Amino acid sequence: MSLDEATEPSVAPPPGETPVRKFSLNFGPQHPAAHGVLRLILELDGELVERVDPHIGLLHRGTEKLIEARPYTQNTPYFDRLDYVAPINQEHAFVRAIERLTGLAVPIRGQVIRVLYCEIGRILNHLMNVTTQALDLGALTPSLWGFEEREKLMVFYERASGARMHANYFRPGGVRQDLPPKLIEDIDAWAVAYPKILDDISGLITDNRIFKQRNVDIGVVSKDEAIAWGFTGPMLRGCGVAWDLRRNQPYECYDEMEFEIPVGVHGDCYDRYLCRMEEMRQSVKIIRQCCARLGKTPGPVLATDHKMTPPRRGEMKTSMEALIHHFKLFSEGFHTPAGEVYAAVEAPKGEFGVYLVSDGTNKPYRCKIRAASYPHLAAMDWMSRGHMLADVSAILGSLDIVFGEIDR
Amino acid sequence: MEWRLADDELSALGARVVAASDGLIAGFEVSYGELSVNAAAAQIVEVLRFLKDAEGLKFHQLLDVCGADYPQRPLRFDIVYHLLSMTQNRRIRVKVQTDEETPVPSVAEVFANANWYEREAFDMYGVFFSGHPDLRRLLTDYGFHGHPLRKDFPMTGYVEVRYDDELKRVVYEPVKSVEFRSWDFLSPWEGADYDVPATPLVTGPAAAGSKAR
Repeated sequence: MSLDEATEPSVAPPPGETPVRKFSLNFGPQHPAAHGVLRLILELDGELVERVDPHIGLLHRGTEKLIEARPYTQNTPYFDRLDYVAPINQEHAFVRAIERLTGLAVPIRGQVIRVLYCEIGRILNHLMNVTTQALDLGALTPSLWGFEEREKLMVFYERASGARMHANYFRPGGVRQDLPPKLIEDIDAWAVAYPKILDDISGLITDNRIFKQRNVDIGVVSKDEAIAWGFTGPMLRGCGVAWDLRRNQPYECYDEMEFEIPVGVHGDCYDRYLCRMEEMRQSVKIIRQCCARLGKTPGPVLATDHKMTPPRRGEMKTSMEALIHHFKLFSEGFHTPAGEVYAAVEAPKGEFGVYLVSDGTNKPYRCKIRAASYPHLAAMDWMSRGHMLADVSAILGSLDIVFGEIDR
Repeated sequence: MEWRLADDELSALGARVVAASDGLIAGFEVSYGELSVNAAAAQIVEVLRFLKDAEGLKFHQLLDVCGADYPQRPLRFDIVYHLLSMTQNRRIRVKVQTDEETPVPSVAEVFANANWYEREAFDMYGVFFSGHPDLRRLLTDYGFHGHPLRKDFPMTGYVEVRYDDELKRVVYEPVKSVEFRSWDFLSPWEGADYDVPATPLVTGPAAAGSKAR
């Protein structure tokens, strides 16, 4: 944090008191608690925050513009690079938008694998957020423990897709490839062991006096305010609104899964933290159900309509038609019917939506990405006013922001 | 099982919205399982306030505001609002049209989070929002010129930055290090729309079908 400038005192102090000067303070863009490249201009009255002006866009890469110039399948990798903490969940929204437009159905095994990997993504995200929130407040150990688990989960990504983070694993019509049986066993074994580790991390943070002092009653948001500010995900559920797209507007096979939606009571930073911890436990439950189900559900993982999905490599060696399909799909790509759709998924940070406008060609005409944490950061000014300077990093940590998706 | 509303259920909701809107919303459209209505740009504040407060609708959350550019139209920009009603479990899309000069009234006083969405739409498309509390650029660089998501804005932009070792600072220069390469893979048999005149050789159904895919 660098002291940017000191402004002149706005009012003359009462006699006998020292004149108070208001400060403008530059927080970031290279501050460790800024979660990436956020620049906050803080206006302070002593230690009280009077106004926060977030300057974003330092990671703006023009994703939406780039998407307009590429065929649909070449665009999924861009979605991995939005919220790079939980990459697969964003791909999911995009492929669902395409499936909506084209009416492509996903085979049940593909759906279960999608749900499995989305929940792994949720744990990846929450582990990152919960532990770095603690890190912002001075606790180093949780993040070391959490990152070890994240590493294991990224190995599962790698074994399924070949990439630790930017998986490009979900395709319109299903997923790229089936999972080997050993991988499913390993994921299940990890899910059995994980709650114990979560208990350990929770033991470090949940009842920690310093953590509570810094989070309880900080950044309180009421139900109505959360809705009015467009909050979704744990930010909304932390205020006590039981709204989760997996339950309220289910997609894939979420309606056949057993899990609960944790909600907070007070709407402060601490409740949001507790929500995320409990969501991880529920995700573990879903992961175990998916693993059990995958053992009993053989079948294709990708739709077999080869006008939309590429044929298998082995097929192409002998079938002329398969070869033509492959060539067409990887040069021209498929066309979508003209129209517009909005497809949303419950990403770990909240509702991640894709508004896709198609003009009937092989490229999207317009693709607006509704980043989940964007409205949360927009509310930063309103949430921080009247708090102390030290609370800014606590609030920021509980917002769960990643600049890949905010800046796009 | 995908959660999806039947089209006639959405049509019923659309008809209800139109009937209750007192002329604010002229008509609705249901496609791909989504309800979409068009409104006049000048009335957007009233329209959103109606959708937010009307009994039995209560679209109380604004999820997204974005622009879209259709340069061939006289009113080239669409501003698209996505609303959600948690109590009804319904979504609705509201679209208004505008051009480069006519401002759209800001809805920031109806939905607080519209503030940043409108700043973004202004930044990306150059659409003005009247009555906006703080209409500054949001995502682009300090001192940026132009509106990058317009269809006539080049993909590579106009300037590039690099660190100049002699000047010891970052300098802006016209783009010369990259050239945007665009491959048009669109099949001439499926995508192109040839205007074949009806000659004596090409008559009847063949000529009529020449525009078909």
